[in-house]
Amino acid sequence: MSTTRTIRFTLNGRAVAADVAAGETIVDMLTLRFDLKGARESCGQGLCGCCTVTVDGMAVSGCLSMAWFLDGTSVETIEGIGTGGALDPVQEAFIEAGAFQCGFCTPGFIMMVRQLLDAHPDPDDEEVRHYLTGNLCRCSAYPEILTAVKLAAAKRKKLAA
Amino acid sequence: MTATTPAPSIGRSLPRLEARDKVTGRVEYVHHLRLPGMLYGKIFRSNVPHARIKSIDTAAAAALPGVYQVVTIEDIRKVIPHPYYGPAFHDQPILADGKVRFAGEPVAVVLAFDRKIAEDAVALITAEYEELPGIFDEIEAMTSDVLVHDELKPASTFPDLQHLKGRKGTNIALDYQLRRGDTEAGFAKADHVFEHTFCSQQVMHIPMEPFVSVADYQDGHLTLHTASQGPSFVRIEIARLLGLPENRVRVKVPFLGGGFGGKLYIKLEALVTALSMVAQRPVKISLTMEEQFYMVTRHPCHFTIKSGLTKEGKLIARHCEVIWNGGAYADIGPRVTQKAGFTSAGPYDIENVSINSYAVYTNRPPCGALRGFGAPQTAWAYESHTDMIAEAMGIDKVEFRRMNMLREGRPQASGTPLRDAEIERSLDHILDRMNWSLPFDRGSGTIKRGRGIAIGFKGITAPTTSVAIVNLFADGSCALYIGTVDMGQGSDTVMAQIAGEVLNLDAASIKVIHPDTDVTPYDMGTLGSRSTFHMGNAVKLAAQDAMGKIADLARELGLPEGANLPLADMLRKKYGMQAGNIIGTGSFIPDYEKPDTTTGLTKKGTPFWGVGAAGAEVEIDIETGAIKVTKLVNVADVGTAINPKAVQQQLSGAAIMQLGFTMTENMVFRDGQLTNGSLADYKIPTLLDIPREFINEHVPNAYDKDGPFGAKGAGESTTIALSPAIGNAVADALGVRIHDLPITPESIFRALQAAKGTPLEDCA
Ligand code: FES
Ligand code: FES
Repeated sequence: MSTTRTIRFTLNGRAVAADVAAGETIVDMLTLRFDLKGARESCGQGLCGCCTVTVDGMAVSGCLSMAWFLDGTSVETIEGIGTGGALDPVQEAFIEAGAFQCGFCTPGFIMMVRQLLDAHPDPDDEEVRHYLTGNLCRCSAYPEILTAVKLAAAKRKKLAA
Repeated sequence: MTATTPAPSIGRSLPRLEARDKVTGRVEYVHHLRLPGMLYGKIFRSNVPHARIKSIDTAAAAALPGVYQVVTIEDIRKVIPHPYYGPAFHDQPILADGKVRFAGEPVAVVLAFDRKIAEDAVALITAEYEELPGIFDEIEAMTSDVLVHDELKPASTFPDLQHLKGRKGTNIALDYQLRRGDTEAGFAKADHVFEHTFCSQQVMHIPMEPFVSVADYQDGHLTLHTASQGPSFVRIEIARLLGLPENRVRVKVPFLGGGFGGKLYIKLEALVTALSMVAQRPVKISLTMEEQFYMVTRHPCHFTIKSGLTKEGKLIARHCEVIWNGGAYADIGPRVTQKAGFTSAGPYDIENVSINSYAVYTNRPPCGALRGFGAPQTAWAYESHTDMIAEAMGIDKVEFRRMNMLREGRPQASGTPLRDAEIERSLDHILDRMNWSLPFDRGSGTIKRGRGIAIGFKGITAPTTSVAIVNLFADGSCALYIGTVDMGQGSDTVMAQIAGEVLNLDAASIKVIHPDTDVTPYDMGTLGSRSTFHMGNAVKLAAQDAMGKIADLARELGLPEGANLPLADMLRKKYGMQAGNIIGTGSFIPDYEKPDTTTGLTKKGTPFWGVGAAGAEVEIDIETGAIKVTKLVNVADVGTAINPKAVQQQLSGAAIMQLGFTMTENMVFRDGQLTNGSLADYKIPTLLDIPREFINEHVPNAYDKDGPFGAKGAGESTTIALSPAIGNAVADALGVRIHDLPITPESIFRALQAAKGTPLEDCA
């Protein structure tokens, strides 16, 4: 019943291959075949951002996008950010600002904030609110997330200098 | 105990112990758990709200390749002869048993090794129903002859429900009463009497980690891995269902991706247990976001409040008639009815009070505990009513509150005196942050601006017990064994701080062992703002017990007083090598006096008082009804803030959640069918909904004498007064009162049109 296909792609900097089924989502593939737990399904409808990963540098909803089409791409997940055991500046900023409670939405937010800062290194409040409006946090750590974005922007600037 | 003294723990904004695991995505949730040989269960649900089941056809589903088994109540009865559960009433069947009582009720389950196959198979199941008339409205349900249950079946664990045993011919699951003074006489004496009715809608917790449980039953032993806020309760209730001793039921809980009261008592645990027994394999059920709306929700509430006053504006009598729509199964509804009933007259000093509070069955999804335990619904009524009275009497709204406010030491309606409850200071704090005494811009043209305040309080479920164990290892490092579930509130960190303070250890070095009922001792549950107070006290006692044992050891070793030898050295001295432990235990249950069975009066009805106050500014376009909350201030009395940052997060998180319940969230039903059960149609707050000015603070230097280091719970206080503060701001802007939540542009526009004498037609 289920057709499968072998796909080859880069996952967090490593060349990998997987036999995936036609209807298999990116989140399912990452959890079931690679044991990665950072991208997670919550709404399953592309509405909450808990499943966010990047494909060739673009954030996508892993609950809606099919693994089938990853062949030849480069995929990055929360597990792949940061270098050599050190946290990414956005991760550090989330800890310093206390930008989470239960943590279930956190990897999705962090992935999205990285993309936000790539596009807008110095975002104002309005830009941040709009950019992140597709990420939901039921614990409502929103005020702290706003602070974390500012902190992360400053950290990145310092690193770049 | 260590050579260098660590910084004091209490009052320190220590980052969460598990912070790193959360930002790297590695933190453990049941969501991800897979066991070898595990089956996935997918639920087939009823599509009618009230019906007798004539037949269920599972043949096509069972025949689908890859399906392991399809299970109905008949299969479950073979392993659990009396498959009914519930914390207050044993009214809920593990799967529908001959009848369905709400649209969305679980009727059958497909088990398969592959989740997708289970999903496909569910679509092949059909059921034939003989539909029965449904009852959805709580007021109609009070007197209707449409009955949701034939007979009331209270659980033996609730002594105050025993009089309901075997009661027939009613949908009323609990009638709570409080009688103080003589309300009738009070009204007769009053110069003014006011009566208003307010309603709150049905809403849902929406934890981002949807409900999930895994059961592994083997040879009379059960292990449950479950996203539960109450592992001890789960163990006791499942052991009862299975007729097993507690030591054969092991319940393990890692971190939770949110709970908010939803993941309490039995949710999926009974079902996965039964399935694992039937299939003789581990079974996991994970709900989808849409399915969560059929698990548990918050009670709609219909509240009529009547007050009598002297001509000076002193409240002398109040009657509260509160009706809670509990849905098809009682869950913890009777406790909500009673606990929120008890404070439903508000934080005011009134000589004559009568309260009737009813839990009512209807054919809606079940309602249970949700952040605030009913207090936000009652405050919506009593604080809207407060403003309406002040306005009608021409008294300043703040002065009116001060004139009637319940003050320290004065008996609350139940007779329990107010103690360590900073109601007036919370109000003062709000007024200050709202710049209340300064002139206010009331808008211009079609934009009207208004502002409002409200205060509120709540009692805490009592009496409940927490037990803690502190274990100091041979090298002096420490682990804490507690049943409190960290669902995001930061309990691991706060409990480590309490232990660290007593043990003179760096809190960040303490390991907190997560609930595992084979290892961690009893705790009543992570609910109702009780953990910091109850478990915090137990942890403090356990740590003190350990310190006592260390002092004993020093004496035993003949060490001079004040020698301060590190524990590791003492243990080495005693055992001749790195060996041994010091184990401290603590258990805590607060003082409590059972309410009188006829009057509901008690001198000690709550271990502490949760207190919250709110202020709001709104901006409304009167041509469209569009509303913006431009400023929101929330203040709570949390006693001592053990971790000020964690407290701040609780206050602001709870406020935003309640903002959703006030402005957008509403489970909409048509003929008993939920029409908006998904995040696409049911809107929870996003970053764009956070008011531009948003202030959340605790009352400085508050102290609860019975709390650990003066602390009390913080998770719910800012939910209480928020809705009426916004409702009062709307009334201030428009001169028009909204009585029903949520406050939407449509409801504002309708109210404006009605006030103009040109009401819009109702859409059914
Ligand atoms: S789970 Fe993918 S967006 Fe919600
Ligand atoms: S931290 Fe819990 S959902 Fe965002």
